[in-house]
Amino acid sequence: MVNRKFIPLIVTCCLFFLLFGIGSIQFESFGTSRVFFNLLTDNAFLIIAAVGMTFVILSGGIDLSVGAVIALTGVISSVLISQYNWHPLAVFPFVLLLGTGFGAAMGALIYFYKLQPFIVTLAGMFLARGLASVISEESIPITHEFYDAVSMFGFELPGGAWIGTSTIICLLVLIAAIVVAHYTRFGGRVYALGGDNNSAALMGVPLASTTISIYATSSFLATLSGIVYSFYTFSGYSLAAVGVELDAIAAVVIGGTLLTGGYGYVIGTLVGVLIMGVVQTYISFDGTLSSWWTKIVIGILLFCFIAMQRVLSRGR
Amino acid sequence: MSNATAVLQLRGIHKKFPGVHALKGVDFTLRPGEIHALLGENGAGKSTLIKVMTGVYTRDGGDILLDGQPIFPASTGDAQALGISTVYQEVNLLPNLTVAHNIYLGREPKRWGLIDWKTINQRSRELLKNYDLDIDVTQPLSSYSIAVQQLIAIARGVDMSAKVLILDEPTASLDADEVQSLFRIMRSLKERGIGIVFVTHFLDQVYAVCDRITILRNAELVGEFEAATLTRPELVGHMLGKELAALEDRLHQTTSESAAAPALTLTQVGRPGTLEPVDLQVAQGEVVGLAGLLGSGRTELCRLIFGVDKKQSGTMVFQGKTIHLSSTKEAIDLGMGLCPEDRKHDGILGPLSIRENIILAQQIKQGWWRFIPRKQQNAIAEKYVKDINIATSDIEKPIEQLSGGNQQKVILARWLASNPSLLLLDEPTRGIDIGAHAEIIKLIRQLCEQGLSLIVASSELEELVAFSDKVVVLRDRRKVAELTGSDIQPDTIMRAIASA
Ligand SMILES: Nc1ncnc2c1ncn2[C@@H]1O[C@H](COP(=O)(O)OP(=O)(O)OP(=O)(O)O)[C@@H](O)[C@H]1O
Ligand SMILES: [Mg+2]
Repeated sequence: MVNRKFIPLIVTCCLFFLLFGIGSIQFESFGTSRVFFNLLTDNAFLIIAAVGMTFVILSGGIDLSVGAVIALTGVISSVLISQYNWHPLAVFPFVLLLGTGFGAAMGALIYFYKLQPFIVTLAGMFLARGLASVISEESIPITHEFYDAVSMFGFELPGGAWIGTSTIICLLVLIAAIVVAHYTRFGGRVYALGGDNNSAALMGVPLASTTISIYATSSFLATLSGIVYSFYTFSGYSLAAVGVELDAIAAVVIGGTLLTGGYGYVIGTLVGVLIMGVVQTYISFDGTLSSWWTKIVIGILLFCFIAMQRVLSRGR
Repeated sequence: MSNATAVLQLRGIHKKFPGVHALKGVDFTLRPGEIHALLGENGAGKSTLIKVMTGVYTRDGGDILLDGQPIFPASTGDAQALGISTVYQEVNLLPNLTVAHNIYLGREPKRWGLIDWKTINQRSRELLKNYDLDIDVTQPLSSYSIAVQQLIAIARGVDMSAKVLILDEPTASLDADEVQSLFRIMRSLKERGIGIVFVTHFLDQVYAVCDRITILRNAELVGEFEAATLTRPELVGHMLGKELAALEDRLHQTTSESAAAPALTLTQVGRPGTLEPVDLQVAQGEVVGLAGLLGSGRTELCRLIFGVDKKQSGTMVFQGKTIHLSSTKEAIDLGMGLCPEDRKHDGILGPLSIRENIILAQQIKQGWWRFIPRKQQNAIAEKYVKDINIATSDIEKPIEQLSGGNQQKVILARWLASNPSLLLLDEPTRGIDIGAHAEIIKLIRQLCEQGLSLIVASSELEELVAFSDKVVVLRDRRKVAELTGSDIQPDTIMRAIASA
């Protein structure tokens, strides 16, 4: 008997292979390593952001500021690089620090003032998006040889698949997140918070530092995601990545994490993003369907997964 | 006694909640290597005192000394770091984490800087063996019964205790055997010089293991006593502030049983894997007690009757009609009520008031469109607050602010208020003090005279004897005996439970 707790994860994985299989049967060049790795490349920034979101949702919270933080990161980086001539390698640690501080501040507000994460991160979203627009309403292009080098860097796998910088960063983040979630005390505390706040406190879990760290982690990863995003666009734009936080939430839920917290796995989130990517790829292969069908399918999947979670958690 | 011999000393502790002065200058002294009972009625302030000692609440006055040094714990984590380990009143573990993770949360052994799950699981397994618990520690905690969870919480607390171990009603959902293993473990900790604070409402247990007794009443200290020299009536007198009116022994078989119409008849009702087919008859106005060890099938039988789990075999006749329940709503409509075992998760609605919690079952029964007028709600709530001594300043207080025992009384009141014709009570008096216990038994007897039929599952044999006209003994999810009349005695029940 498989452990009950793995059921949502198993369903997610099966669904991915099913969708990928259907595509491969219908279209000749669909079932290739190239298409598979393209999923990773195209969605690397989303995977990174969604991993951060996984920690937040596991702890029973939510982070709506992710998309705005991605945009703000892009804008600040592009301004520093293009207008102030900072080297990107100096810019990245700087924005990562800023982002982490931003998340920590949201976490502190949530914990110390007992505010709803929904409200606090919504405010964070407006703040970050507004700040980005104040800095520049126009898209700012980034031209720097470092960015060219980054986009050239990578290696080809047999079969023509390309592993670039974003994919490598995204895989490193994944591995680190899995280790943190499942093999460190911090990870255990995240799950503890999602299980029952009160009990967690009575078991000696330090709520303040854990809550702050969770939102700091999420914003750190959102910032990293923003950096990776700028590798695709070579620019910073205040209206970029609108709604990415919702994609991230969808990926986490489709990945088998319970929206109310406490149950789920980081690896599920990867599969969640891949499922969304596969649907999109399928629709672009088909060519006749409007790309909005992606949203419709994802909407239906979300419904199904939430219903499944309901059924499973009733059995508990 | 001198300070030098105290491991933990509290002096003049005050704690105020909005509208409640929960502790008024309480002193408490714990010596190393003693088991110290902390006693008092529901709402006396025991749990509050414990939460002050362990940093959950900040005190509004007074000193806490650990080994003679003043301490100011600000959280359970701080208290743990100082060597004070606590098992709080309700099971406060995490339902989503595995059993093993619950035991080691916050002090996970590591290898190469990473959590070593293999060691955690293995050590947890060994730890639980001390409590005769052989379970899969890699399953989430929520897959086990409340009693098993309680044992796991105790195992965690005991394993962490360095100087002081605090147990707030640890035995409330345990049966005799488990209580014995707990006592064995407590005694061995005592030999190692650990000071143990033990809260319970079972006076037998106090006399079985405790060296000294501190009694609280109405937020104040009554006094500290040697267990060896304090007699039981004195003890009760100190707790209640008055003598306990003796409960006259129930005359079993008072009603001529043949005359009473059967209210519920089960014929070979069962569910594979949950309960072997059971025959059972409950007459109108009769009280049937369900006895048996943990996991013997008591809870399962209640759930089958009430339609929480669907029966797979047999027939069920209720008030002359054959019924097939597929939901608890149907059971409620038919006039049944079930007061569940796990009050924290299945019972209380924390932020709602006492009044709302009490009228809930009746309101569901009537349907939400036939709203019970506010005046009537108040009357019902006030009646029960008075009848079963729910200690509260008013009926609009959120139930989560009541003491544990008083929450249990509210849940009980909820079902009594719904005027059921058949009531199923699973461990109804868990954590209720002896004074209120007597009141509840009296109230239930009255209701039975008016025709209420009752099924009570309990691990407290005395209580079963006091309640029941008939006792059904379950073992290994099967009915093994049915006792009536003068056979209903603690030792006969015990023998039926134990006999192979
Ligand atoms: N968080 C809170 N807010 C307001 N009042 C509270 C709170 N916690 C406890 N009280 C009140 O403090 C008093 C003492 O409660 P406490 O839980 O210490 O009782 P207890 O002695 O442990 O009783 P029991 O035997 O029922 O567990 C009660 O009147 C209770 O209503
Ligand atoms: Mg208490």
